[in-house]
Amino acid sequence: MTDSEPAPWEYVPAPESAGLAGLSSEYRLFVDGTFSAGSGEKTTSVNPATTEELATVAGTADSDVDRAVEAASGAFRDRWGGLDGSARAKYLFRLARLLQERGRELAVLESLDTGKPVRQAREFDLPNAAAYFLHHAGWADKLDYAGFGPDPAPFGVVGQVLPWNFPLLTLAQQVAPALACGNTVVVKPAETTPLSALVFAELCQQAGLPPGVVNVLTGGAHTGEKLLSHPGVAKPAFVGSTEVGRRIRHRLAGTGRTPVLMLGGSGTNIVFADAPVEQAVQGVVDGAFFNQGHVRGAGSRVLVEESVAEEFVERVRERTATLRVGDPLDRNTDVGAVNSAAELDRITRLVETGEAEGARRWSSPHPLPERGYFLAPTVFSEVHQSMRLAREEVFGPVLSVLTFRTPEEAVTKANNTPHGLAAGVWSEKGSRTLWTANRLRTGVVWGNTFHRFDPTAPFGGERESGSDRVGGRAGLEAYLDV
Amino acid sequence: MAHSPSRTRGSGAPARLPTELAEAARGGRALESFLRGLPGVDAVGLEQRAAALGARGVGKDAKLRAIDTAIGMVDLTTLEGADTPGKVRALAAKARHPDPGHSATPRVAALCVYPDLVAEAVSALGEVPVGVASVATAFPSGRSCSRAKLAEVELAVDAGADEVDMVIDRGAFLSGRYGEVFDEIREVRAACGGAHLKVILETGELGTYDNVQRASWLALLAGADFVKTSTGKVSPAATLPVTHVLLRAVREWYNRTGQWRGVKPAGGIRTTKDALRYLVAVREVAGPEWLTPRLFRFGASGLLNDLLMQRRTQLDGHYGGPDHVAVDL
Repeated sequence: MTDSEPAPWEYVPAPESAGLAGLSSEYRLFVDGTFSAGSGEKTTSVNPATTEELATVAGTADSDVDRAVEAASGAFRDRWGGLDGSARAKYLFRLARLLQERGRELAVLESLDTGKPVRQAREFDLPNAAAYFLHHAGWADKLDYAGFGPDPAPFGVVGQVLPWNFPLLTLAQQVAPALACGNTVVVKPAETTPLSALVFAELCQQAGLPPGVVNVLTGGAHTGEKLLSHPGVAKPAFVGSTEVGRRIRHRLAGTGRTPVLMLGGSGTNIVFADAPVEQAVQGVVDGAFFNQGHVRGAGSRVLVEESVAEEFVERVRERTATLRVGDPLDRNTDVGAVNSAAELDRITRLVETGEAEGARRWSSPHPLPERGYFLAPTVFSEVHQSMRLAREEVFGPVLSVLTFRTPEEAVTKANNTPHGLAAGVWSEKGSRTLWTANRLRTGVVWGNTFHRFDPTAPFGGERESGSDRVGGRAGLEAYLDV
Repeated sequence: MAHSPSRTRGSGAPARLPTELAEAARGGRALESFLRGLPGVDAVGLEQRAAALGARGVGKDAKLRAIDTAIGMVDLTTLEGADTPGKVRALAAKARHPDPGHSATPRVAALCVYPDLVAEAVSALGEVPVGVASVATAFPSGRSCSRAKLAEVELAVDAGADEVDMVIDRGAFLSGRYGEVFDEIREVRAACGGAHLKVILETGELGTYDNVQRASWLALLAGADFVKTSTGKVSPAATLPVTHVLLRAVREWYNRTGQWRGVKPAGGIRTTKDALRYLVAVREVAGPEWLTPRLFRFGASGLLNDLLMQRRTQLDGHYGGPDHVAVDL
């Protein structure tokens, strides 16, 4: 054998065709079963990976909100509210099938609009979105047996304001249980990512869903607040930041309507010295950088037992450096674009604060595309509990490493945030994992894994992360008047 | 790259190991507590990562390069009771010129046969730079006495084998007699002389990923040049998650000792698609430095033909089918 071997092959881009998304030049509101122009000011949706405009999106005026709520309440009164559970189930099954059939198209569209890697949209967002519809289709005719009394009733019209990190998946998580429980909905996707929800409206038409059962509006904070505080909306629901959630709670106080709130909060991974190292490294890296860190409950903080911290951080850096950052449409991309210029700006400022506060910064050397809103995956070590990095929700591709000496210390530090959404515990010792999980004040605790979602398992938070659940029996409660 | 695996360890040279490994490499109690102290492997996470990396594509333009890399890593294997000198000569001809229609096709890494056919393989290959590998130590079960096993190794080495693929005593391993397995590998290592030693763990019989990891470290400490997953006679043979464990072990070994050790998955890898998945795993789990026949091999028989067919597809722009490449019977 000779020494003059040619260089090993490199990955070359394997881009998914943007044409698959079937982009229209213009997207319109969906009210009462038909698409309409809307009376508000038109906006454009931008591809964060290229900063190019994707499409024009119709604007929602206050009069459109009224129109949509009226349509939903008419549909609830005349068509949907009296329908048998089994009939509702039929529509939900159809929607699930359509999401599967048009999965590739919707995955590419979602990737274009959000900047997330297309492989992730195809393998995570879309299958899970369909799974939420399938799961809740099964519940629709069994609500009497769900443990909420013999005849649990829907609220009527549900107004839902959704985030930009998982536009279609969060839509499925909220719309599917609402419909299964017999409510009608007015949905408002995030201002920067409205496209998949408006294509979902097409699916509703295709499924023959009675007009007015699902209505989709566009717009930003103003439309959102208008919708959630609309007197015709019996159940307002908000998925997004804690700050906005707090404002909504204020606004609705005294109206007799309690909002469904699914709010933010960084998650924490706790790595004990006896953890399965390889998988813990992988879980911590995935936990922090999955979906560019734009995940409620992302594992943006990791607490590592001090005796193994140095080696562990080195391995985390090594693994992070292998993440491929770039064109979201490339099937080999692991980390895509940050969702918007505003988000990039916010995260960049937080990173600067981290440096100024004395944490040690390391960023992946992976080259970034010249255009678009990209941020290299960043790992901060020597982060302390008092720093902003450790206290605020990061919601971006930034991981902070803290250390602990004893299990008690780990639990205390993990709980020492106003949020309480998700945590991961890494140890080969089952008793230690259970001991820790029992003491963590979070809605979800994963053992030796992270970011596992399943419509049969309730997901949601504690304290400032909101107290409602999606998924499973517990998730039905949000949309049943019990 | 500042370092390159251009020099793999020759035989016999006493390895300079960091203290904790040197301690373990003395065998006995120290070895046992080292192996038992290895961090656990979480099966769910491991399989998840293997599946995720399996979804990665090499990309169209890089495919030919990757196929050529894979062809150069094949240990073309025949390990049947019905093997004859004629069969070995036919395989040797194929190893020399895998695809006579396309002369730029790379040669395979080695020919892998039973010990009694090594002489035949050596003479059939002549001066062609294709290695001859031989299985030994009561392959595939490893159930014989130490004397018989070593005799087999000597037979292979004396007949001119460049590489010896030994099996470990799984019975001893599973009953916790790590020291015995260790000593046996050491003895075989010594009997190999200048030949490279691949240690077959037969992961399909080890039951857990923790055991696979332990066996990998045991083999590396005992002086294996390669760790190899399987004999091909037990199902399951090589799988991606198991290969991940081996790749991670050799990577760690390099990080801690600076020595390059290789990995050979064997059995069950039949298609180009499979092979490319393994190459992605090599690149991501061990590192791009391992993408060389000196550090990564495929133990396979049917794989070569599929690689050749796909290579032709890349070059000719259409798929020709199995009638265009030589069958191996």
